[in-house]
Amino acid sequence: MTATQPHIEWMEAIAGQLRERFGEQVLAVEQAYDFPIIVVEKAAIINVLAFLKDDSEMGFSFLTTLCGMHIPDNKGQEFGMVYQLHNMPLNRRIRIKFFMGENDLDVPSATILWPTANWMERQEYDFFGFNFVGHPDLRRILNMDEMNYFPMRKQYPLEDLGKHDKDDAKFGR
Amino acid sequence: MIENQTILTPEKDYVTLNLGPTHPATHGIFQNVLKMDGEIIVSTEPTIGYIHRAFEKLAEHRPYNQIAPITDRMNYCSAPINNMGWHMTVEKLIGCEVPKRAQYIRVIIMELARIADHIICDSVIGVDTGALSGFLYIFQEREHIYEIFEEVCGARLTTNTGRIGGMERDFSPKAWEKLEQFVKEFPAKLAEFESLLVRNRIFMDRTINVGPITAERALAYGFTGPNLRAAGVDYDVRVMNPYCSYEDFEFDIPVGTNGDTYDRFMVRLEEMKQSLSIIKQAMKNMPDGPIAADVPAFYLPPKEEVYSKMEALIYQFKIVMGEMDVPKGEVYHAVEGGNGELGFYLVSDGGRTPFRLHLRRPCFIYYQAYPEMIQGSMLSDAILTMSSMNVIAGELDA
Repeated sequence: MTATQPHIEWMEAIAGQLRERFGEQVLAVEQAYDFPIIVVEKAAIINVLAFLKDDSEMGFSFLTTLCGMHIPDNKGQEFGMVYQLHNMPLNRRIRIKFFMGENDLDVPSATILWPTANWMERQEYDFFGFNFVGHPDLRRILNMDEMNYFPMRKQYPLEDLGKHDKDDAKFGR
Repeated sequence: MIENQTILTPEKDYVTLNLGPTHPATHGIFQNVLKMDGEIIVSTEPTIGYIHRAFEKLAEHRPYNQIAPITDRMNYCSAPINNMGWHMTVEKLIGCEVPKRAQYIRVIIMELARIADHIICDSVIGVDTGALSGFLYIFQEREHIYEIFEEVCGARLTTNTGRIGGMERDFSPKAWEKLEQFVKEFPAKLAEFESLLVRNRIFMDRTINVGPITAERALAYGFTGPNLRAAGVDYDVRVMNPYCSYEDFEFDIPVGTNGDTYDRFMVRLEEMKQSLSIIKQAMKNMPDGPIAADVPAFYLPPKEEVYSKMEALIYQFKIVMGEMDVPKGEVYHAVEGGNGELGFYLVSDGGRTPFRLHLRRPCFIYYQAYPEMIQGSMLSDAILTMSSMNVIAGELDA
């Protein structure tokens, strides 16, 4: 069972403009359900976001959300970042992604474009340990400061490693 | 608010004030370390995460139908909206079209939840200005809404209502009766509440120009929902990206002008009336038909069938054990929650649990503007600004 994918008529135009401006740095253009997805190189991410935000033809001026991802099986590109932008007047939404290896988790910060990226990036730092370069205040936000690992990475189990009050035998596990 | 006041006190004479984490005036667990110059706030350092429960991590370890109860605990003032948002996200992923009747029932439940949410926020703004009576009057109506929820799904606060593919059951005659009574009685109660506050001199003096934010700053800070509309931007997910048959209904989007506490109060007040009008339209045009789509592999079968039919028993077992064939893919679905755009970004790798679920929680995103909004104002105004932003700890910390 698969959902029908609506035709997004403006998708090709936007992708064409991005390809023209950023060339090889635009790696892929695809569509998932009602969203166009554009995968770019990490080095280009801030320029792509700034172009989409500030160019008068693009007008994706609202940062809906951003989030990180950990894909251990994707060797060489284990981590990813996803940005969702919204052009409110024309009601167009777009998703920008990039992937990176686990040895280089420096991510240029989007706080220079949107103040709202501040806490969103702190949250993703807290969960995945990305180093947002240029972030004004990169600290943990939801977890406690003493925590010494990044819990959303796939290698960490759901329950705290330091917890011994739940004996598996007692719970029949 | 005292604007552009020149701060003459030397830095060392500032007083550090801990507002929270558990302060009776903040309605939830937030800590704000305020630097005060007399009664004027110089700077604020918010700390959040006191009730963080790792929902995004939890969701990676739960089958799809077991994630609905987690969403209850986000904005617990309007839990059904979160439930429906989650169900609709999964329905989008599996490509399931929900029958009209189920959609209309969902709209009624979601709008009731929105009214309950706005009742809490607006009456608490009253309480924080010192007007307790409005709160006491209007909370009776919230109780009536919860009685309807109880009739529909058996729970009041954390409802876990709806299923992937439709609703778990139709409205009972008792539920219709209660709903009709609510629709009949609520406007008078709301008018009474309104007359206590809206043109009240003290209330107006306490709220107008308190904690204002411009439309431009609000958008830069990612505001959505009533707080953004109070600043004058008419963005509403129900209109922009209609889901669940919202395109069938006629309603207005109220907007404010100054983005201050009074505007936020008024926008929510008007939204309650609009929600009531949507409920009336849905009740009037309620279509007949099934309450769930024909997706036996995803929709939990009714209990009586489970006990009497082989097929239903098999599907019940498979779904409860998390053996659902969810396609690979990624999907984003947003609903207009009580506080704004509540988004679910779901990545599926075809496994029994989501590969990644990111929750766009409106509270979390706009609460970071709070220090900017209260800078230079008095402590009592800071309390009022926070309650008018309707920051819900459960949604903030997820």
